[in-house]
Amino acid sequence: MNPVLLLAAAETASVSPFMTGLFAFVLACFVGYHVIWNVTPALHTPLMSVTNAISAIILVGCILVCGNEASPLSARVLAFVGLVVASINVFGGFLVTQRMLAMYKRKG
Amino acid sequence: MNLHPDLFALAYLIASVCFILGLKGLSSPATARRGNQMAIAGMVLAVGVTLAHPTVAFANLAWVLGGLALGAIIGVPVALKVRMTAMPELVAILHSFVGLAAVLVGIGTFQLHRAHGDAIGTVQTIEVFVGVFIGAITFTGSVVAFGKLSGRLGSAPVVFSGQHALNLALAVLMIGLGVAFSVTLNTAWLYAMTAVALILGITLIIPIGGADMPVIVSMLNSYSGWAASATGFMLNNNLLIVTGALVGSSGAILSYIMCRAMNRSFLHVILGGFGGDEAAAAATATGKTTKAAAVEDAVFMLANAAKVIIVPGYGMAVAQAQHAVRDLTDLLQGKGVDVRFAIHPVAGRMPGHMNVLLAEADIPYDIVYELDEINNEFPGTDVCLVIGANDVVNPAAKTDKTSPIYGMPILDASKARLVYCVKRSMKPGYAGVENELYYADNCMMIFGDAKAVCERLAGALRD
Repeated sequence: MNPVLLLAAAETASVSPFMTGLFAFVLACFVGYHVIWNVTPALHTPLMSVTNAISAIILVGCILVCGNEASPLSARVLAFVGLVVASINVFGGFLVTQRMLAMYKRKG
Repeated sequence: MNLHPDLFALAYLIASVCFILGLKGLSSPATARRGNQMAIAGMVLAVGVTLAHPTVAFANLAWVLGGLALGAIIGVPVALKVRMTAMPELVAILHSFVGLAAVLVGIGTFQLHRAHGDAIGTVQTIEVFVGVFIGAITFTGSVVAFGKLSGRLGSAPVVFSGQHALNLALAVLMIGLGVAFSVTLNTAWLYAMTAVALILGITLIIPIGGADMPVIVSMLNSYSGWAASATGFMLNNNLLIVTGALVGSSGAILSYIMCRAMNRSFLHVILGGFGGDEAAAAATATGKTTKAAAVEDAVFMLANAAKVIIVPGYGMAVAQAQHAVRDLTDLLQGKGVDVRFAIHPVAGRMPGHMNVLLAEADIPYDIVYELDEINNEFPGTDVCLVIGANDVVNPAAKTDKTSPIYGMPILDASKARLVYCVKRSMKPGYAGVENELYYADNCMMIFGDAKAVCERLAGALRD
C-alpha cells in the first residue's frame, strides 16, 4: 500500500469537504500507526518533540485567519496570539529535536 | 498572487509527505537527523506557501511575519538552553501551545465566517466545537502537567470525593453547550463551552500522580495532534488533518507503550489517584536484612568481570550522575570489560527519556539496549550495577501476585551473578512497594548519592 498515492487519491475526490477530510484523516491514522511502531524506543523523546513541532502546523490555520482581510479585528488578534505560540512550537520543537539527535553517537 | 488552488493542495501534499518521511527517519539514530530536517523542510514549504495564499492580504503580512518572528525569538533560546532532564516539562508546555492555538483559531474562524456572512452549516459548527474543546482540554491539561513535572505544583495526585462525578458532569455540560451553540449559532454558547472545557482540562489531570506522568505527557501529545486535525476539518485543510492524525496516532501509541510497561490500563491511569504519598507510606519494613558493600569490593568485582550490565533509573538523573557513569563505563571498557546498559521503558519521566540522558553524557547508543533486547542476557552477566532504579528491577512483579506491580515487565537484574544497587536509602520507589531484590543472596547495597558513588567507583578504578 503506497500511502502517498492514497493521499493523492483523497485530494482529488470530489465529494463534500468533510468526507474528503475524513478520507485523508482515516488513511493518515493508518500511515501514522505503521510509521510510529517503526520508531526505535531509543528515540521516543525526540519523536515526541518532533511531533510536537509538526503539530504546530496549526500555524497554517492561524496565518489564514490572521492574514484574511475579511477577519474582524477580534478574530485577527486571537489568530495572532495563536500564531505566536504555534511559532514558538515550530522553532523550539525542531531546534530541541535537532539538539537531542546530535547527541546520539556510535561507539568510537 | 493568483495561483491555482490545486497548487496549494499540491504543496500541502508534499509537506504531508515530508512529515511522514521525517517520522520514518526516526526508525534509527543514523537516519534521524535527516528525518528531522525533512520535517523542517515540510514546515517551511507549508508556511511559505500559505503566506502566498490569495486570502492572506498583503497588508496583513507584517502581522503574520511579526508573529512568526516573535515565536522564533521566544522559542530558539528556550530550545538551546533547556536541560535534558527538563525535556518532559518543555514538551508539556509546548503541547499546551498547540491546544491554545487550536482554541484561538477555532473561535477566530467562526468570527470570520460570521463577519463574512458565510452560510454556516451544522457540520461546520460541530467542527468548530470539536476543535475548540479538544484544544481547550489540551491547553489547560498540559499546563497542569507542566506544573507537576516542573515541581511548580505538587506531583502528588489531588483526589477528592465526587471527582469522577464532577468530571462527568463537566463533560456533559460541555457537550450540551456545544450542541446549543451548533443549533443557535450564538457565540455566547461557544464561549461558555470553551470555559467549561478549560476547567475540564484541569480537573482531568490533577488526580494523576507523578509516576503516571509518562503516560499523561504521551496522551497530551496525542490530544495536540487531534486538536490540529479538528482544526483542519474546520478549515477544510487536508494538511492539518493528515499531520494531526500522524501526531495523534504517535501519542496514542506512546501512551499504550507506557501503560504496557507499567502493566496499567489506560483507563486506570486517567482515573488517577496512583503514586501518591499514602502509597509510599504503606510500605513497611519486613524484618529482612540487606548486605551493604564497600566501594572497594564493588570495584574489584567490576574490574574482574567479563560482562557488566548497568541499569540506570531516574534516581541517576536526579543525582546528575550521568557523566560519572560515563567515566566509569570508559574505565571498565579500558580494562576489557563488556559494559552494556539496560533501559526499562519507564526509566525516565517520558518515553525514551533515559536514552537521551545517556546520549547527552556521550554514552554511545549502540551499547544501550531496550528491555526486550537485553533481558535474556542477565543470566550470563557477572555484575549488574543498578543505579537509582527500583520498581523496574523488582522480582515481586513476577513472583508476588499480591504486589501492586505484579505483571509489570521488569529487567531481570536478579539473575545476574552479582548485583550491586546504588541507592540513597531503603525508601521504596514510586509504586511504594518493597524491593525483594535488595534482600536476595546475590545482591549488595551501596548506600549513597548516585553521583558520589559513581565518582568513587571511577576514582578507585583509576588507581
